Amino acid sequence: MSAIRSDAVSVIGLRKSFGAEVVLDGIDLAVPAGSIFALLGPNGAGKTTTVHILTTLLPADGGTVTIAGHDLADEPDAARRAIGVTGQFSAVDNLLTGEENLILMADLLHLDRAEGRRRAAELLERFDLVDAANRAPAGYSGGMRRKLDLAMTLIGDPQVIFLDEPTTGLDPRTRRMMWEAIRGLAASGVTIFLTTQYLEEADELADRIALLDQGRIVAEGTATELKRMIPGGHISVRFATPVALDAAAGVFTRAQRDDEALTLQIPADGGVGSLRAVLDGLDAVRVQPDELTVHSPDLDDVFLSLTGRPRAASEAPAKEPVR
Amino acid sequence: MTTMTHPLRDSRTMLRRNVRRMLRYPSLTVMLVGMPVVFLLLFVFVFGGTLGSGLGGPAAGLTGRAAYANYVVPGILLMTIAGAVQGTAISVAMDMTEGIVARFRTMSISRASVLTGHVIGSLIQVFVGLVTVTAVALAVGFRPDAGIGGWLGAIGLLILAGLAMIWLAVALGLKAKSVETASNTPMILLLLPFLSSGFVPTDSMPTALRWFAEYQPFTPVIETLRALLSGTPVGTTGLVAVVWCVVIAGAGYLWSRRLYERTGP
Repeated sequence: MSAIRSDAVSVIGLRKSFGAEVVLDGIDLAVPAGSIFALLGPNGAGKTTTVHILTTLLPADGGTVTIAGHDLADEPDAARRAIGVTGQFSAVDNLLTGEENLILMADLLHLDRAEGRRRAAELLERFDLVDAANRAPAGYSGGMRRKLDLAMTLIGDPQVIFLDEPTTGLDPRTRRMMWEAIRGLAASGVTIFLTTQYLEEADELADRIALLDQGRIVAEGTATELKRMIPGGHISVRFATPVALDAAAGVFTRAQRDDEALTLQIPADGGVGSLRAVLDGLDAVRVQPDELTVHSPDLDDVFLSLTGRPRAASEAPAKEPVR
Repeated sequence: MTTMTHPLRDSRTMLRRNVRRMLRYPSLTVMLVGMPVVFLLLFVFVFGGTLGSGLGGPAAGLTGRAAYANYVVPGILLMTIAGAVQGTAISVAMDMTEGIVARFRTMSISRASVLTGHVIGSLIQVFVGLVTVTAVALAVGFRPDAGIGGWLGAIGLLILAGLAMIWLAVALGLKAKSVETASNTPMILLLLPFLSSGFVPTDSMPTALRWFAEYQPFTPVIETLRALLSGTPVGTTGLVAVVWCVVIAGAGYLWSRRLYERTGP
């Protein structure tokens, strides 16, 4: 089947419960080979459980998972040979040095000694860890540990890499560095399956994003497609007088007006262009805004609109139905 | 790449990892080997004079401290193993809490190799402990009277007892929710030699305690070891000792395998 052949990861009807608690309630995913896929969701949505099942750490209760053409139920070892995993908690040996950790991985992948050493040296270089190579990771910074962890994942040249919240807890600079590394990997043809809590991260990296909530996929698509579903992106403008509000409301017909607070909420994607359009619009009717705030869409907004959970009901007007 | 797993190669890699970890963290080994040495010196020099006189007549023409040194060494050797396996439980529990084992599980490596690496590494540690304790024992007056057969039998029995306690400790390490629990649970193994014929003959104990001491596994192992080292006949006790070790090792192995397979990420 061509569909299975071209998908690096294919998940159909995946279910998992821990006791009475249903964690994954029948999820379907398809990740084309060579793409970056982000599973986006809040804590407790089931992201890590999904990664654990896809990486053979946990058995599924139901459904079919195929990784690089290998059904996990039938040939888990073949799937294991195709994947690399960097989990949420660092999986490095704290008593071995950075280099010894990499060589341990090379030995377990049955690379020959010279090849293992060469790959280790190459990865230490690539992740800027040469100076730390002979030290134990116990003394590394969080970012260095994460880099070593990723380097250990890469030593066997996996076809599919799973990254469970790869940048959680990292400082912005190291996060940027990880993003670069992930993009570099994808450019070399590796399939990346990552989980994240940050819409921004999914937006930066992923070709496709699936939104996981309470064990269900509530939306799936490209970043642009997904953001179109989000009502939260708007520019909020407050005026000094009702007259000014009236004048402005005449220009922005799609805006929501609040007469009591004298504000206008104008839908916008948060970019500079939309801000300029709002200011130009106000200029045209010669109205001075009293105060202006840009509200960028965030994960909360996505959730509000897609799960319909009333956390801030006034902020979540009914939107186009999902898919 | 082949579709076969490589149990031997993977176990060797894991053993190398464990030995390296031991060398990197030698204070644990030093403490675990040092403790039985301290007990040996304590029992020979502090209690030995009095306890030796109470052993009931000269043994092999020796009395007092010299007789007691010969009497207590088998018990101390077993205690050396019991001490060393605390380290096994601790390092297994450390592994399980540290996330690296989750990584191993996502790799196409022999499932058993993680545990095999720990077991063989511990066996090396036990061996180092036994050699050290024996050397100190010889220096403070231990005078075994065993032939080649006796020594080989003693070494064989010690390895068997070592495997039994190591597999048990691996299971306890896997079972433990934290490294602290793992370091406490096997403590019972250190107490049991005291409640056996290791330090004083069981007939000097009150009835209930004597009953326990005579039937718990340490006693036949210690009695057999004592007979082998002093060149006296072993009798059926030897069989009882071997059966105990095999049963404990087998149970520990099966329990460990089950816990390892079941342990989540």
